[in-house]
Amino acid sequence: MSRAVALHLGLIAALFAAQFVLPTYHQGNVARIMVLATYAIGYNVLFGYTGLLSLGHAMFFAAGLYGLALPIQHLGWGAGPALLSGVAAGALLALVVGLLALRTIGVAFMIVTLMFSQAFYLSVLLAGTWTRGDEGFVIPAAKQVLFGIDLATPTTRYFAALALFSLALLATLALVRHPFGKTLIAIRENEERARMLGYDTFRHKLGAVVISGAISAGAGAGFALLFGYAGATFASVQYSIFPLLWVLLGGAGTVIGPLIGTLFIFYLIDYASGLTDAYMAVVGVVLVALTLFAPQGIAGELRRRVWKGLP
Amino acid sequence: MTKTPTRRSALKTLAATTAAATTLPMWARYSQAQTSEPIRIGFQVHRTGIGAAYGRWYDRTSQAAVKLINEEGGINGRPVELVAEDDGTDPKRGAEVLEKFANQSNCDIAFGTLFSHVVIGSAPRAGELKLPYFVVSEGHHVASGMLNRYTLQPGITDVKSQVQAMAPFVNQNLGKKVTMIYPDFAFGHDHRDYFSAATEAAGGEIVAKIAIPPTETSFTKYFPQIPRDTEVIYHVMVGPAVLTFVKEMGEFFGPSRPEIFGFIDSLEAVDLASPGLEFLEGTYFWEGNPRYAQADQSEHDKFYRAAVGVDENGASVSDSKDISTYSHMFGCWETLFTIKAGMEAAGYTGPADRAKLIEAVEAMTDMPLSREHPQGAKVFNGKTHQVFGHQYITKVTDGKLILAHTTSIEDTLYPDETDYTTQSF
Repeated sequence: MSRAVALHLGLIAALFAAQFVLPTYHQGNVARIMVLATYAIGYNVLFGYTGLLSLGHAMFFAAGLYGLALPIQHLGWGAGPALLSGVAAGALLALVVGLLALRTIGVAFMIVTLMFSQAFYLSVLLAGTWTRGDEGFVIPAAKQVLFGIDLATPTTRYFAALALFSLALLATLALVRHPFGKTLIAIRENEERARMLGYDTFRHKLGAVVISGAISAGAGAGFALLFGYAGATFASVQYSIFPLLWVLLGGAGTVIGPLIGTLFIFYLIDYASGLTDAYMAVVGVVLVALTLFAPQGIAGELRRRVWKGLP
Repeated sequence: MTKTPTRRSALKTLAATTAAATTLPMWARYSQAQTSEPIRIGFQVHRTGIGAAYGRWYDRTSQAAVKLINEEGGINGRPVELVAEDDGTDPKRGAEVLEKFANQSNCDIAFGTLFSHVVIGSAPRAGELKLPYFVVSEGHHVASGMLNRYTLQPGITDVKSQVQAMAPFVNQNLGKKVTMIYPDFAFGHDHRDYFSAATEAAGGEIVAKIAIPPTETSFTKYFPQIPRDTEVIYHVMVGPAVLTFVKEMGEFFGPSRPEIFGFIDSLEAVDLASPGLEFLEGTYFWEGNPRYAQADQSEHDKFYRAAVGVDENGASVSDSKDISTYSHMFGCWETLFTIKAGMEAAGYTGPADRAKLIEAVEAMTDMPLSREHPQGAKVFNGKTHQVFGHQYITKVTDGKLILAHTTSIEDTLYPDETDYTTQSF
């Protein structure tokens, strides 16, 4: 077993053990952070490893959210099939968006993904009859049950979030060690050269968009299921910016960066809001400082200074 | 068998007694704590985000109510402390804030949320945390049965009752043929659905429903859709675009306009003297609580207004340009006094009595016009966890909103859609 695999299994083990020692409040927070970090992991596949900056990932997160919540609400589905339909909805949307948006590169790609995401957001509002638009709706507690396990208790929620996070973490670790993932990195570094070497870069990028979209949707579906709410806010533009921030701060192109970034921002906001009403200013200053002094993010700095082989 | 005390056992006993004696002050302090520790009310406040203007006034009103409660001896002899936390008007942060109240800052209850999406996003957590959650949102989400036994709305009426109570007045006094203009999202859809139903029941007719996309910044192209035979326009635009909306509507109609009726939600915290709003002269508004002190102002409104620091024009006493959200913020005041009454009725001593508190509030019915309920008399429905009360219709006269009609409470009632009391704690 390589050091990288050991590191990731160790991280999962540490999160597992943390459940038994964390105070209730932080146990709840870490459960939430793991689900959001799953979203950041999905984002990192596209941004960190493939070098494609999307400003519209909220649509994938929300596709998962509604892909799960709508069948539960209107068709009476159970959590299991609804979870699958959430992931499928995100993957399908990513395939369609990818096919169209990947015809552009760079700034145009950012704008096109942003536009698609806005269109998705407005569609959620327009479909208010079913989605209840901006107001959203509650997923009944009776439906928050998977394989007979009630997911709405603090402990089961924590372990469910950990399972989701671990799955995404190990999947991306496997991905970046697989030739497919290595090709994505090659595309990030120099797409022209990758193409010259005979790789079908469009297909690879499309694959990355679909994988990224599916993981993000898994996070969205998990969020709705575990926390019992679906609303259009999660499709709004700020939820496209969050994963970018988390990944940039944690370290783009590192497997543990998304978790570190999500954890860091969550507690920064939580802590700063207890100190001052102008907590967003504090958060802003910290973000600027980090960008200036650790431009590769926290895990990126670790890789640069401590361990060059950090995946 | 009897045991002879040895030197060792005697020493042990002595040590144990000394230890107990030294910790005695701690125990004493603890039992003291049971009675004089403050009651902590977690206040979920919109300090940032789209709800910030409302949040500022919700904060001022709540602080004023708590100050008064404390001056008069607190609740069950204990002082009250508001633990305010910004939710960014975001449902995700809202749920996190509730967790913080329950598990970190040891709050007895949570209170104060306005925006519906934050309420709906937070309420499931309140139910799981078994934290009584008193919202001041005017959403129909509580009475619809969507939420849970731990969520209550005893201080402000819901949009369904407000809207349906408007229909008889509009149809009888302004006209039978109504065109509705509303934003194309949940809030607007509530108005569309409840008002259409109530208008038909009152013998009126909705001649057009014009939904405005939420991103719209100019409205000129929508006005030609208003049918010529429209007698009344019902509008409920919200957000910064409302000034443009009113101005463009004025330009479209010129001097010959139909009757116009709107919801004050559009103009909460907005000065009626703002340029462009002159066109509203002579039009009517729903108000939850009249912004301008009326000729027949009750002593209770006078007292409440002074306590919060609002002048007779609905602005801050320290800044006449700082307009209050008068139609909504009374809900915070009334909810806090309802919490006080509930805690006193339940003999509330701590989190173990949370269920008793909810049962005590569920048992409430009549809330007469008083200093505690300055907006007007109310009737609380313990089954649906929703309060019902009078609604006010005012007319813009010389740039001020003057009372034209007060609905009865009966006008606002509708059949129960849920019974939370059947849910277990």
